[in-house]
Amino acid sequence: MLPGPLSLTLHSPEDTADFARNLGALLVPGDCLLLEGEIGAGKTHFARSLIQSLQDMPEDVPSPTFTLVQFYETTAGELWHTDLYRLSALEEITELGLEDAFNTAICLVEWPDRLAELTPAHALRLVFATVPGDLDTRTLSLNWSDPKWTPRLNEVLND
Amino acid sequence: MQWSGRMTRTLTILGLESSCDDTAAAVVRQTDDEQAQILSSIVFGQTELHSAFGGVVPEIAARAHAEKLDVSVKQALTEAGVGLHDLDAIAVTAGPGLIGGVISGVMCAKGIAAGTGLPLVGVNHLAGHALTPRLTDGVAYPYLMLLVSGGHCQFLIARGPESFTRLGSTIDDAPGEAFDKTARLLGLQQPGGPSVQAEAENGDPNRYRFPRPLLDRPDCNLSFSGLKTALMRMRDQVVGEKGGLTRQDRADLCAGFQAAIVDVLREKTARAIRLYLEENPACPTVAVAGGVAANSAIRAALKQVCADNGARFLAPPLSLCTDNAAMIAYAGLERFKSGARDGMELGARPRWPLDQSSPAMLGSGKKGAKA
Repeated sequence: MLPGPLSLTLHSPEDTADFARNLGALLVPGDCLLLEGEIGAGKTHFARSLIQSLQDMPEDVPSPTFTLVQFYETTAGELWHTDLYRLSALEEITELGLEDAFNTAICLVEWPDRLAELTPAHALRLVFATVPGDLDTRTLSLNWSDPKWTPRLNEVLND
Repeated sequence: MQWSGRMTRTLTILGLESSCDDTAAAVVRQTDDEQAQILSSIVFGQTELHSAFGGVVPEIAARAHAEKLDVSVKQALTEAGVGLHDLDAIAVTAGPGLIGGVISGVMCAKGIAAGTGLPLVGVNHLAGHALTPRLTDGVAYPYLMLLVSGGHCQFLIARGPESFTRLGSTIDDAPGEAFDKTARLLGLQQPGGPSVQAEAENGDPNRYRFPRPLLDRPDCNLSFSGLKTALMRMRDQVVGEKGGLTRQDRADLCAGFQAAIVDVLREKTARAIRLYLEENPACPTVAVAGGVAANSAIRAALKQVCADNGARFLAPPLSLCTDNAAMIAYAGLERFKSGARDGMELGARPRWPLDQSSPAMLGSGKKGAKA
């Protein structure tokens, strides 16, 4: 068993996409990924790769910054891709219906700091960071408290 | 419907729009095939500046949309000088967009339709934008449309009120979003469009060279996501070397960034025009809609590329480029004239690509956000 937290180095956008696909293959409705990191750290690239890997016919995965939420029907069930950057109040998260979705859909949440006390305890937290002087590499640290993630991450990383 | 002695037919349509950040209502009238007239166009709440670049304050609450819709409809009818009995149909945005807002609009329209017995016509928000050149200038089909805003970037050939061919689109961020994020990265005011443009006017576009994504690919697809990453790196490099950004550094970064966006849009537009011209349109017209069309450097580049290719360039006034209900009323009017009617089963579609049909998410047993 792996202990959390865990740190990875992703050497290229393709590396990030591979990791997204491998993790995506293990997701079921009720799973929530919190995607953190500065603008340009690769959150949306990760989400796009994951979503497209769960589609029979890969479709457009636009950035959710403007629309707040994008919904997808995937081979693993309903998936919500949301960007909370533009939100300012907790009621807005309730209005979006996110609290219900945390239990019924696969949720990928960008800028999850806006969730505050609504942050689901069962979520897996992924923090992306750029590496000075290296254009393509990203570091990724994973944090979780729900034990369900431990065997799954083991599987992804031993692949 | 009014029939005069000469057997002309006048149609008056109320349009509702609440799919994005704004709530809007408008009345549009057309007699036969004459130029349509906007009798009123109310956009509730946000300043023109905000809506111009995609908005910075999202209105999520379905309740708030519902309240604003009532007020907007009342004001639109008053300003138009018409009553409900003067209308021929109710047009409403049925998607794509934020589900709570779309449902509010659809419910409001259904309520008016049920109360008055007027026909209901659902409209695709993007079709509203795409048909705007016909509303403002009576442009004939087929014409080439560039939709470029905070949430969209696509090239469409418009062939009819419900017939569009997408030639290409952004595979990630829209340009309006790239402007907003650039402003964020450089500590400039939101919305990013006007503030980045203002900085760029005092900057040297050649000092910092940014990538021109996807220019090496022959299609009309675009990508703007990598541009913000490149800008962030350039900023960090300058800060690392000098300990901070001077005013001139910031202006030069903005100018370099804007030049990259302009180059990509210019080149991809040229490709789209060439594909469109293969159809041999009698009077080739290229129109632009969306808040990013307000950027003067982008506008100038588009104008030039149209002139170079012998096409007419059309940019509707900004108030009709950004989200509004006049375009919804007009798109509804075209659908109505072609015989389209929607019943009380009209559903809200959070995703609704213009060039293909996709099932409504609600009403098919799927649950969206709380309405």
